[in-house]
Amino acid sequence: MAKNSKSALIIGAGIAGIQAALDLGDMGIKVYLIEKNPVIGGKMAQLDKTFPTLDCSICILAPKLSECYRHPNINLYTLSEVSNVEGTIGNFTVEIFKRARYVKEEACTNCGDCASICPVRGVPNYFDANLKNMAAAYIPFPSAVPPVHIIDKNSCVYLNYGICGLCANNCGAEAIDFSQKDETFKIENVGCIIVAPGYGLLEDVSPLTRYGYGKYRNVVTALEFERLICASGPLEGHLKRLSDGNEPKKLAFLQCIGSRSDRDRKYCSSICCMYTTKAAMIAYEHNNDLESYVFYIDMRAGGKGFQNFLRRGADEYEIKYIKSKISHIEVDEDESPIITYEDYDTSEIKQMKVDFAILATCIIPSPGIEKLADVLGIELNEYKFIKTDPFLPVETSVEGIFTCGCAREPMDIPRSVAEASGAAARAAEVIKGG
Amino acid sequence: MKMSEKEEEEVRIGVFVCSCGSNIGGLIDVKDVAEYAKSLPNVVFTEDNLYTCSETGLAQIKKGVTEHNLNRVVVASCTPRTHEPLFRECIKDVGLNEYLFQFVNIRDQCTWVHMKYPKEALEKAKEVIRMGVAKAVKLEALENIVVDATPTAMVIGGGVSGITAALSLANQGFETHLVEKDNQLGGKLNILNKLFPTGQDATELLESLKERVKNNSNLTVYTSARITNIEGFVGNYEVEIQQNSKTSNLSIGVIIVAVGASLLTPTGKFGYDGKKRITQYELEEKLKNVNVNANDIVMIQCVGARNDERKYCSNVCCMSALKNALLLKEKNPNANITILFRDLYTPGTHYEEYYRRAREAGVIFLSYKLEKEPIVEENTIKVYNEYIGEEISVPYDLLVLSTPLIANDDNKELAQMLKVPLEENKFFLEAHVKLRPMDFATDGVFICGAAKWPVDITESITQGYAAAGRASTIISHDTIEVEGATSFLPEYNKDLCTGCEVCISVCPYKAISKNEDDEIEITQVLCKGCGVCGATCTNHAIIIRHFTDEQILSEIYAFGGS
Repeated sequence: MAKNSKSALIIGAGIAGIQAALDLGDMGIKVYLIEKNPVIGGKMAQLDKTFPTLDCSICILAPKLSECYRHPNINLYTLSEVSNVEGTIGNFTVEIFKRARYVKEEACTNCGDCASICPVRGVPNYFDANLKNMAAAYIPFPSAVPPVHIIDKNSCVYLNYGICGLCANNCGAEAIDFSQKDETFKIENVGCIIVAPGYGLLEDVSPLTRYGYGKYRNVVTALEFERLICASGPLEGHLKRLSDGNEPKKLAFLQCIGSRSDRDRKYCSSICCMYTTKAAMIAYEHNNDLESYVFYIDMRAGGKGFQNFLRRGADEYEIKYIKSKISHIEVDEDESPIITYEDYDTSEIKQMKVDFAILATCIIPSPGIEKLADVLGIELNEYKFIKTDPFLPVETSVEGIFTCGCAREPMDIPRSVAEASGAAARAAEVIKGG
Repeated sequence: MKMSEKEEEEVRIGVFVCSCGSNIGGLIDVKDVAEYAKSLPNVVFTEDNLYTCSETGLAQIKKGVTEHNLNRVVVASCTPRTHEPLFRECIKDVGLNEYLFQFVNIRDQCTWVHMKYPKEALEKAKEVIRMGVAKAVKLEALENIVVDATPTAMVIGGGVSGITAALSLANQGFETHLVEKDNQLGGKLNILNKLFPTGQDATELLESLKERVKNNSNLTVYTSARITNIEGFVGNYEVEIQQNSKTSNLSIGVIIVAVGASLLTPTGKFGYDGKKRITQYELEEKLKNVNVNANDIVMIQCVGARNDERKYCSNVCCMSALKNALLLKEKNPNANITILFRDLYTPGTHYEEYYRRAREAGVIFLSYKLEKEPIVEENTIKVYNEYIGEEISVPYDLLVLSTPLIANDDNKELAQMLKVPLEENKFFLEAHVKLRPMDFATDGVFICGAAKWPVDITESITQGYAAAGRASTIISHDTIEVEGATSFLPEYNKDLCTGCEVCISVCPYKAISKNEDDEIEITQVLCKGCGVCGATCTNHAIIIRHFTDEQILSEIYAFGGS
């Protein structure tokens, strides 16, 4: 049970927010965990496996999700965003805007009978990078937390036209509630705030379209690829070309898409060298005839076990690394991507035809970060990540408001987890130390 | 106690079969399953529910227990992974011991995996329920294990990471002891000049940290100190510290390892002589204390790293090289500075910017490959650059070798004392690289900074806080409570133990040791009930509570029978 009168409020329930919540909760501090999506877990829940251990991502994350849900000191608010903050360190009052779920959280047993009877079928599932459709009554993935379905306001027939209601009739638990409204409420006595909204994805912007994304069906982003090779994803792990359903034999991974460039973002996205190697390994595990080529500028692998991981990639998984600069992608009549690049080792312009190309898109600031920063009064840096001092790494510009994870800089999961525990420690100093 | 009396009585089992909406009930007839369960030995009550986990379902369980005087509950439903705690809590509410609950998985393991074979799924559901009921007959009431915890912390290593961790714990109100083997705090901050990426003065940072340490009344510092003995376990360590002739004995709740890393001297490599050919750290000291009179400076990256001898990347050297190159350029804009690198490591926002600044300042970057290392001659370096396709000669009057951080020689000794592992490069090995970066598998011991892996100052600070956060989750409470399903060596089995120590070697949590009488002792609070010791014990001396041989065999017999 919580022993302190002051609580902590955490914005964002990805792996960083979850870790910070669990640490503070385990210290006996009351936590409010605010997540804007209907379920928690963030980007990590979408990953197939994680480098460098090749652990199944959801398998190692799921216990933390349920721990968060059941923790006596953690109050979880999904579909919620912080709309206003008043007060100062030690005593913030936070206003929360919570969107309606149209399902009673306490009554829903997550059986899925609402989804199976729902006549709407074409709702793209964001969790599967919109590559798989679902019903208007849904849960993004089977082990999602909270284990409660949600009704998509935009596509539900009843909510838009006042007819249907099949789900409500089919729900044995009587959990469907179309009368739910969006609501605003206040949380008082908040000692400090941890901002962990994570990162955004590069989509439909110039660096991607320049490499044929959106135009060529066999060019996908890294996160899309992650879902495509995931056994629980839209292709059940059996990789196929999106143009003709054929099994690809040759893959190209293009690094630094949208990053380390004067044209786009200048910074390095930190994690792409490793996730690309991991993705190529998983693809190879599904099909040992697969050839993977990685087009990179600098191979950045400084973390624990990362160099060994790269060696394994080259030796055991036959991944070929080509130090190069990509010029552009075009396709042949079969829609097979043709990569034009400058090979650094020979300083020649070369072309390579592959069956499928994967763009290692960079981490960008979380969408909505500017609005959130405005509400909290915290400063952002020139790239719109949360501004921190290198020697005060988890402090924002406002006293009593801390940050962790990719909201402040692109970083991998272990670093996000470490920063989360660090932010939790700083929050505990404020709350316990007075 | 009333309950224990009840548990002594005849075994009365209630079986609750969940339909899980249509997940189970859509494929198999749950009424048929419940009816079948009624025929099993000791089952006195069965029921099927639309959702056993709903408020209504839980109320039905409680009602069943009260009305039918049940003393064991079996739920056949989804998966224990998400729902076992809920049902345990439920029977606890109605006065039963929570370990008298048995979960049977008929959704994931029956109707989901066999969804194309409803008949077989139904048969399997009945079989697993029969097994679950057989185990339930043998279940025993258990109590959770509770031990006291001392709310104090010890941080080993007084570098930037250790100081940060110690200050955070002290600020959280915990009595904290910071132990440093050197005669002063600061670690590598004592030799560093300026810090990337802001140019912050290392001495200034160290002084401000020392000031905060001095003013913190919860924090005790031991310099020139050696840890000579550590006994005990999480929440209850007894530590002996030697300082010259003085011995201190401390009762400690949690321990943080922050011993940092060592510098590599590249003897015999690239003509290293400590004068004209020096390491990046020696340059650091020169920049801090004296003027550097050199006009043609060449730096070689990855000296003794990312090769067959030492495979890893040391993380910090590219940034150190960039920083010092910029400082040299600042002092002498006409200096020619060339950095020979393999892959330039400047991840993230600030660091990539730094790389850009160095290029703008005129620092020359030339890449080389491991297979064609630069050749160092008296006054020139020959390096093959694959992009140009030629060997280039670069004159130098100062050669700077960027060598990696390496593990401390005495890590092994400390690791043995703490019963924690090292990885192949002799850095400390955390519990899980991905999700438990600051923990050891052994409860109560944590890790931060370069002792775990080469990291820069920013990361050392972050990890210092992080280890403090993790440690605080334990010492924020007066007691430590763990599940009762642990392994133990009962008095009556002691003569079966041959003292072979296999259990000690296989226990992943270092929960097993030998006591003064040379007897096997299992520290209950460290045991996670994984069962490895029980499975490997050649004489079946070790018993795993809640998974006893008798309980598991009863399931197997029930499966074999009909």
